Amino acid sequence: MKFIHIFLIVAIILNFNFLKADEIKTENKITKNLRCLICQGQSVYDSDSEFAISLKIVIKNKIQQGLSEEQIYSFLKMKYGEWILYDPVFSRNTYFLWLLPILIFLAGGAIIIKRFYKKK
Amino acid sequence: MKSKFIPLILILIFLITFVIFFKGLKNSNIYAPDTNLKKEVPSFELKSFENDSIVISEKIFKDKDYYFMNIWASWCIPCKEEHKFLMELKKDDRIELIGFNYKDNFTNASSFLKDLGNPYDIIVSDKDGTTSIEWGAYGVPESFLVYQNKIIKRFIGPINNEDLSEIQKIIK
Repeated sequence: MKFIHIFLIVAIILNFNFLKADEIKTENKITKNLRCLICQGQSVYDSDSEFAISLKIVIKNKIQQGLSEEQIYSFLKMKYGEWILYDPVFSRNTYFLWLLPILIFLAGGAIIIKRFYKKK
Repeated sequence: MKSKFIPLILILIFLITFVIFFKGLKNSNIYAPDTNLKKEVPSFELKSFENDSIVISEKIFKDKDYYFMNIWASWCIPCKEEHKFLMELKKDDRIELIGFNYKDNFTNASSFLKDLGNPYDIIVSDKDGTTSIEWGAYGVPESFLVYQNKIIKRFIGPINNEDLSEIQKIIK
């Protein structure tokens, strides 16, 4: 009986720690992708401004409430606009931004392949 | 055939890129957040400034049409600058002023109000700044004009004479 008790306690502590570690990981991932709106060229993760400190607390609370990464991003987008995200979402305004590198890559590949076959 | 097409495509790509960057040159590169909003007032529960009682947002924004929510702190220098305009706004009884005391301590904040006057009808304290984030605020000072439970305008930074007359014009 005692053994089972100890086993359960250890298991709970271990699980709890895993959960915490995961939460911190998600929190860091999210704050690294957020622009600190009142500092120049810094992410919320890097910044120690009052704004960033409060934002980190809000994100921590939201994660503990069980909100997903996407939900937190959309919450912040609603409050501060898309500018707060470093990684721009795929939308009508950003088609060109996302597709241009692929187009250039394909065009370049086509030229190389054409030359290669011509030589043969 | 082939040699005709490649320069043409290159010129086309160059032209498209040129037009995009040329247009981009004229855009302002200073980020300015949207100040004309039509958003519902976020609900919150905060401690009252004077005592430890809890104040909920539904109880604050209900009697009047217009509310002016002002985020301030005693350690914030620009807040002192805008204080005289808040005192001026207080004279108008069509609008109620709500103070959000941001990351401040009671002693400093109350001596700030004692020295410069208290323009607020209700003061709540936002100790960790999280409720200000719910409002979409950037820092101190910042103010929101609320009309019938909707934020209709936001003022980032201290308000000045122009802002004051704009507010007075809106609430007329």
